[in-house]
Parts: sequence; C-alpha cells; structure tokens
Amino acid sequence: MGALVFLEHHEGQLQKGSLGVLGKAAALGSDVAAAVIGSGVRAIAGEAGRFGAAKVYVADEEMLAAPLPQPRVDALAALIREHGFDTVLFAQSVLAADVAAGLAARLETGLNWDLVDLVDVDGRLVGKRPALADSVLVDVGWRSEPRIALFRAGSFEQSATDGEAEVVDFSVDLEDFSTAARMVEQAHEVAEGPSIEDADVIVAGGRGLGGPENFALVEALARALGGAVAATRAVVDAGWYPYASQVGQTGKSVAPKLYIACGISGAIQHKVGMQGSNVIVAINKDPNAPIFEFCDLGVVGDLHQILPKLTELVQARKDR
Amino acid sequence: MKIAVCVKHVPDAAAPKRLDPRTNRLDRSVESALNAFDANAVEAALRLKEAAGEGEVVLVSMGPERAKDSLRRALAMGADRVLLLSDDAAAGSDLVATSYALAKALERENPDLVLFGQQSSDSDGAVLWAAVADRLRRPYVSQVAELTVADGCARGKRQTEYGYDVIDAPLPALVAVSDAINEPRYPSLKGIMGAKSKPQEVVSAADLGLEPERIGDAGSRTEVYALGAPPPRGESRKIEDDGNAAAQIVDFLAEKKLL
Ligand SMILES: Cc1cc2nc3c(=O)[nH]c(=O)nc-3n(C[C@H](O)[C@H](O)[C@H](O)COP(=O)(O)OP(=O)(O)OC[C@H]3O[C@@H](n4cnc5c(N)ncnc54)[C@H](O)[C@@H]3O)c2cc1C
Ligand SMILES: Nc1ncnc2c1ncn2[C@@H]1O[C@H](COP(=O)(O)O)[C@@H](O)[C@H]1O
Repeated sequence: MGALVFLEHHEGQLQKGSLGVLGKAAALGSDVAAAVIGSGVRAIAGEAGRFGAAKVYVADEEMLAAPLPQPRVDALAALIREHGFDTVLFAQSVLAADVAAGLAARLETGLNWDLVDLVDVDGRLVGKRPALADSVLVDVGWRSEPRIALFRAGSFEQSATDGEAEVVDFSVDLEDFSTAARMVEQAHEVAEGPSIEDADVIVAGGRGLGGPENFALVEALARALGGAVAATRAVVDAGWYPYASQVGQTGKSVAPKLYIACGISGAIQHKVGMQGSNVIVAINKDPNAPIFEFCDLGVVGDLHQILPKLTELVQARKDR
Repeated sequence: MKIAVCVKHVPDAAAPKRLDPRTNRLDRSVESALNAFDANAVEAALRLKEAAGEGEVVLVSMGPERAKDSLRRALAMGADRVLLLSDDAAAGSDLVATSYALAKALERENPDLVLFGQQSSDSDGAVLWAAVADRLRRPYVSQVAELTVADGCARGKRQTEYGYDVIDAPLPALVAVSDAINEPRYPSLKGIMGAKSKPQEVVSAADLGLEPERIGDAGSRTEVYALGAPPPRGESRKIEDDGNAAAQIVDFLAEKKLL
C-alpha cells in the first residue's frame, strides 16, 4: 500500500488525531508518507517520523499560511499525481473534511467518511463505518484509486516510536480559484470559561432548552450534583453558552462518571466528544432521537417538567 | 442577486430507518421530507434576498420525483422556483457522482451564491459543497454560523476545532451554513397557497447533458460490501415520563452509586 496521510497542525503542533491515523497506516503497510502543508511548518514535519511516516512531503509557503482547504487540494493533487499514492487518509476535522471531498472531486475518486477502522481483507482494503445512529456497522470499499478515507475523530491513539522520516520539500502551483477565499480572522483557543475535562459529573444542554435563559435549569442540576455544565455546538454557535463548554468534534472530549444530556439530539459530532462517559442519561421529548441509541438511561419527556423536579430531589437527598 | 440553495429530500427523521438488505443502502421508500438542515440554508437565502430588496432564490435538488413535495415546503417558505434533477439512472450516486450532477445543474443556473445545509440527515457527510466547489472552480466557506454579503463578497464566521474563523469568499461563491445560523420560518398560509403555482422544473440527466457513466451506481467510486453486526453496546433502559421520571432518574443514579 502506498499511503499518504494528511497531517494537520495548529500553532506549531501536529494534530494528534492525524498522527493516530498515521500510526494506523503504518500498521497496515510499509511505505507510508505524510504531507504537511502550511507556512513555517518545516521544523515540525520531521516529528512525523516518530509516528510512522517513512517520508514527509512538506509544502512550506507563506501563501499556505491560512488553514483553508482549496490550496491544500491543489497541493495534495500534485503530490498524488507525481508519486501515485493508492490511498489517502485523513483524520476528521473541519479542514480535513473539506480537503478530502475537494480532492475526491478533483481526482474523480471515491471518498468514504466517518470510518472508525480500516482493515486489509485478502489484499482488499475495507472501511468500517457505523451507520443509522451507529446501530449497525457497514463494510465499505472503493472502486478507484486513490482511495480517500476520512476517519471519525478519536478513532486511533497516536503511538510514538523511535522512527525517523526523510523530509522532502515540494512546491505547489495554486489554481486561481483556490486563492480567492481569504482568512480575515483566524481562530485561537478561547481560554475563558470553566474547564469541563476534569469534572466527574457533567450536565449538558442543547437546543431543546428553547433559549439561553433556560441554561439556568441545567446549571441548577449541575450545582446540586456538584458537576460542570456543557453544551452542544448548536447552542454555542447561537451564542447561548461559551465555546469553552462545548463538547464534541470541534469542542472538548470528556469522559465523566455521569453525563446527563438535556435536549440534545445526539449527533455523531456530539457523540464523539462524550461517548467515553461511564454512565449517560438522556432527556429528550422525541422518542426517535439518536441519543437514545447510546445512553444507559433514556427518558422520553419534556425537560422543562423533569429538570426542576430532578434538581429538587437530588438536593433533598443531599440535605438528608 | 441570484441565490441557489441545494436541498435534499431525505427519509423523515421520525420514520424508523433501515438498510435495504438487497442493496445495503438506506431504504428510501419510507415517508420522506425536506432535510431539516437545509431549511436553515433556505432561510439564510430568503433573508439575503429580503435585505437586498431584490433577487431570486432557486432550489436545486437531485432526487426522486416525490421530492417535489418536500420542495413545495421550501417554496412555501418563500423560495421562487425549483430545478429538480430526477432520473432513475442517478439513483445511488455517491459523492463523486452527486457532485458532478449537481455542479452541472448549478452551471446551468449560474447563481452568484450557492447555499448548502450543514449535512444531509441520512448520510451525515457534511462534505458535498467542497466537491461541488472544486468542480465549479469557485471559492467557498463551510460551517458558517454568521453570514453577511456585502460589496460582492460573502463573509462567514465559523467554528473549527480551535475556535472561530472569519473567512471572505468573493462572489460567485458557495457557502454551507450551520444549523445555528437562524431559526427557519414556518410557511404562512399565503406562502403555502402561493407555493402551488410556483414553477417546479423537473429535468432528466439527458436534459442537463450528463454523461450516463458518471452518475448513479455507474458513476460512483465507493461501494457498500456488507452489513456487519452492530457495535457492542451496554444495556440500556428507556422510560417515558408519566410525571414520575425525575424520581426514576434519582433511583437509577442511586443504583449506579452516582449520588
Ligand atoms: C463539522 C461539524 C462539527 C461539529 N461539531 C460539533 C461539536 O463539537 N459538538 C456538537 O454538539 N455538535 C457539533 N456539530 C453539530 C451537530 O451535527 C448537531 O447539529 C448538534 O450537535 C445539534 O445540537 P443539539 O442537539 O443541541 O440540537 P438539535 O439537534 O436541534 O436537538 C435538540 C433536541 O432537543 C429535543 N427537545 C426539544 N425540546 C425539548 C424539550 N422541551 N424537552 C426535551 N427535549 C427537547 C429535540 O427532540 C431534539 O432532539 C458539528 C457538525 C459538523 C458538521
Ligand atoms: N441530492 C441532493 N440534492 C441537492 N442538494 C444536496 C443533495 N445532497 C446533499 N445536498 C446538499 O449538500 C449538503 C450537505 O450534504 P452531505 O454532504 O450529503 O451531508 C446538504 O445539506 C444539502 O444542502
């Protein structure tokens, strides 16, 4: 297998998820290359050797500084045309998903997404993809090369070895339309807000709360349980609660002893951030909500009715 | 300004979903509706048109003839007309095939702005725009939670793993919105009545000049081999609130030694 792994980076660090995918590729076959694309990234590229890359292709140019997808499609397409990789792997992220899909169209090749594993079955690569709210695992494949795969966040742990990689520079000709979009303001970690990663108990609120003022219901229960408050992207994007409290793919990953999800549908992108919780309780008025597929106790009902009573009962037990 | 909104007809969220054991693909014969995430894109388009005081909102979709029912709902919200690509030969299209077909349909419309929803609820790809943009050779912004269009440029604020980016894409461009960008309006009675007379043009693959080997199963570059066993999961209990749920939750937490 001639695999190429797209390595994402942020503020001088290679992103862990993509290093995990690199390790997976190395475990599957011998000749694994990585691509690091950006500005001022040459120094960190060699790191990839410790995570399974034999070669790292680096495009280090000022033009590539902003983490925008289209120039990265140009870069990867050029690399693939030159070296003929048969498999190109990505760890799910906002950037990687856009790059992978753009690349699939550019190369007229297949993309399978949301994979949790990749296995070699008699020389044929098979992707494992959970479907229907993760109630069934589907075997998926490719009819063309390169095969492009996007792995669900957190699918593989990174593991460091004492390997070393050869670092090879390459340059990119960018398409005119690829440089049309412009980063006006780039994200930096917003630190303010409580840390939820260490909490033993988390009470999380979603759009089912109905409005920002109703986070008071979630906060009251969290207080009674001595826990922290978390939120979904939908309510963070809407400005109801701070980003620092967001759980999921683009937020935090948490694994408390107890996670109570209130008015949360249970989207995959939320699930990946909280499925490690020991016990999950979900309150949702829609009996078909996907969250009921992966909770330990599912309560079909109106959170406005249930939460105040629940807080009162928990408080009463504590005061007893 | 001419705005195209890509919308999909998907199995209803409330209908139990199953995979067809013959094809290993989603059984699409069940009750279907407009992809809820696409209502946000329709709403965003209508607000842009209203703010500009002029313009046209065209719904572009690939799906079965029945999709017209879902599309009527989006027309009732206020969109102006529909271009529906409906062809048996296009059924089962994967990303490569779908993006090819939709890009051709969009080329015919040649809009200033193309809007997408956050994801289709039946495939959860959240990727189609990137493939379509590459084919149309246009810039785009994805995951947009706040959108403004001014001076021939779309500006999107969006969340990544590291916080919020602000990205400009000069028109003509594509924008994929997040589900938090707005609260889609309910169609008014007048809107519902008016929708019946709005044009819904249904075209075939041949009408759009699509190459038959690039659409549907023939044009797809991925496949489904088999359905495996469901991933292991712990025991799960489900209760319905009859006024007693709070007490039942407390009992459950006590049983798990969490109180
Ligand atoms: C690239 C990408 C990254 C993403 N990253 C994240 C992430 O990091 N974290 C994240 O959370 N999401 C993320 N998302 C978004 C995700 O797909 C969902 O859109 C989001 O999680 C939905 O949030 P929600 O559950 O609050 O809202 P909804 O999906 O709208 O669900 C609200 C739920 O509340 C229920 N409800 C309504 N009223 C009541 C009531 N009175 N009582 C009880 N229940 C009620 C409804 O039945 C519904 O199930 C991401 C999406 C993409 C595409
Ligand atoms: N068959 C289709 N016809 C029109 N638009 C679609 C279709 N499938 C997906 N879309 C659009 O692409 C977005 C993302 O879809 P996906 O990448 O499939 O999750 C959706 O929210 C729609 O706006």
